[in-house]
Amino acid sequence: MVLPEFSIALPEIFLAAAALFLLMFGVFKGKDATGPVSWLAVLSLIITAFLVVLGGSDTQLTFSDLYRTDAFGNFMKILALGASILAIIMSMDFNKREKMDRFEFPVLIVTASLGMMVMISANDLMSLYMGIELMSLSLYVTAAFRRDSVRSTEAGLKYFVLGALSSGMLLYGCSLIYGFTGSTNFDAIATVVAGEQGHISLGLLVGIVFLIAGLAFKVSAVPFHMWTPDVYEGVPTPVTAFFAAAPKIAGMALFMRTFLIPFGDAVGQWQQIIIFISIASMVLGAFAAINQKNIKRLMAYSSIGHIGYALVGLAAGTEEGVRGVLIYMSIYVVMNIGTFAIILSMRQKDGMVEDISELAGLGKTRPVMAFLLMIFMFSLAGVPPLAGFFGKFYVFVAAINSGLYALAVIGLLASVVGAFYYIRIIKIMYFDDEKEGFKPANRTMTWIMGGAGIFTALFFVYPAPLLSSAAAAAAVLFQ
Amino acid sequence: MEIGLAHYLSVSAILLTLGIFGIFLNRKNVIVILMSVELMLLAVNINLVAFSSFLHDMVGQVFALFVLTVAAGEAAIGLAILVVYFRNRGTIAVEDIHHMKG
Repeated sequence: MVLPEFSIALPEIFLAAAALFLLMFGVFKGKDATGPVSWLAVLSLIITAFLVVLGGSDTQLTFSDLYRTDAFGNFMKILALGASILAIIMSMDFNKREKMDRFEFPVLIVTASLGMMVMISANDLMSLYMGIELMSLSLYVTAAFRRDSVRSTEAGLKYFVLGALSSGMLLYGCSLIYGFTGSTNFDAIATVVAGEQGHISLGLLVGIVFLIAGLAFKVSAVPFHMWTPDVYEGVPTPVTAFFAAAPKIAGMALFMRTFLIPFGDAVGQWQQIIIFISIASMVLGAFAAINQKNIKRLMAYSSIGHIGYALVGLAAGTEEGVRGVLIYMSIYVVMNIGTFAIILSMRQKDGMVEDISELAGLGKTRPVMAFLLMIFMFSLAGVPPLAGFFGKFYVFVAAINSGLYALAVIGLLASVVGAFYYIRIIKIMYFDDEKEGFKPANRTMTWIMGGAGIFTALFFVYPAPLLSSAAAAAAVLFQ
Repeated sequence: MEIGLAHYLSVSAILLTLGIFGIFLNRKNVIVILMSVELMLLAVNINLVAFSSFLHDMVGQVFALFVLTVAAGEAAIGLAILVVYFRNRGTIAVEDIHHMKG
């Protein structure tokens, strides 16, 4: 018997071992374990990111071709790991203050990150499913983490029920794809699909539709978005910050890999579905957010809209489009983390607040925080020369170059409508009468929001590193 | 009459539909939703095993074993979340789960 090449999956193996070690460490340390476990979790995620980089960007397969590392995977993994690291760091202070500082929280984020890495590296329907479930099961628990709160447990329950439904549909799609192509391996499926020359069998098509439904749920694209606002509002804010960043990256990575490698030769079959999902998400994200009073709920609709914009690049189905999606997701994650660092600093005498109206007069009471939030809001709306504009620019150019004019026009109109509610926040901050104001943000939050703000504001000065690494990553899917 | 692949696929499609409708039409109890989820996963397993047998390929059966394992984990986590929810609200009726809306 020949053993598989373990070293290719070294980052994942290390992270799995680290998660088990952290759990044991937390249990045996007993009281006051949260702080050390959180920092050790951050450390192990950083080491994992280093191992990913050290692994090199060559395309390698292992575990009977179930598992694949390449430049595309590395790009997405670094992004997802970075988002997870910042989520842990941002959660520490909040969890302590709100008395939910149990050491399982960072461990669950580590296991969720492990699931994301498996998703990103999946080269087979089986590893795809195992990755998704490892991530989702950890996320269900983090959603219900504040177990004495009605809102948090209700959000966890809703997320679980709808997540299980979507997993069921995804699996049914996988079973049909397996049955009608005779294999679960992405490369083998690609060979079969290429042989059918664009006229794929009905059973396979039904399978693809079910697969899209399951994946669309994981990235919260319309029409599978209904869980997003409730879950984002109900769960503790650091969990919302985590949900809005890392799982979306993993979901989009899976979306791109699954549709461009196995079904790359059947673009005509799935392109219309992605276009529909993309338009619906952009429009819903733009209109439904207008009336929101809770800022976490607003960010939920905003993230639905942003997934719609990212899917524009996938709908193009070209290398340029994928590069656009990669740039879009990187910028989206930075803006989102910065915004959530500010939301996590919305703290008054009596505790945390989430109402948008509490931001009134922030321009006078906390000018720096207000200025940074203004940068993030303009960037989320896509105002040049901020980073968010470039994200939208690259996906729309890719859509136009592959002839999807209507999609690009609808996307632009939706982003104009969406700008309304982002700019409303700026108006509330600078032109409404002062309210109680917030306590000063703590030092880590200031660093995170400042760093994200600098990236967002000055991205246009030196965009080359991100553009070139995204281009190199996108090229892998089209070899 | 010989039982062919189409029969298995029909049974599995019916089970999947029952599972999905069980989730959406049920107004009574969250436990019923958990049962419906299991029903969907079992429908998938029938599909996988039937395909595996007709394609003479073992992968489908391996996949079915993975699905069974994950389904057990999923049910455990679902029940755990249900228990903490029940402790907070004292009810698990589906129509009472409406704290957040909009």
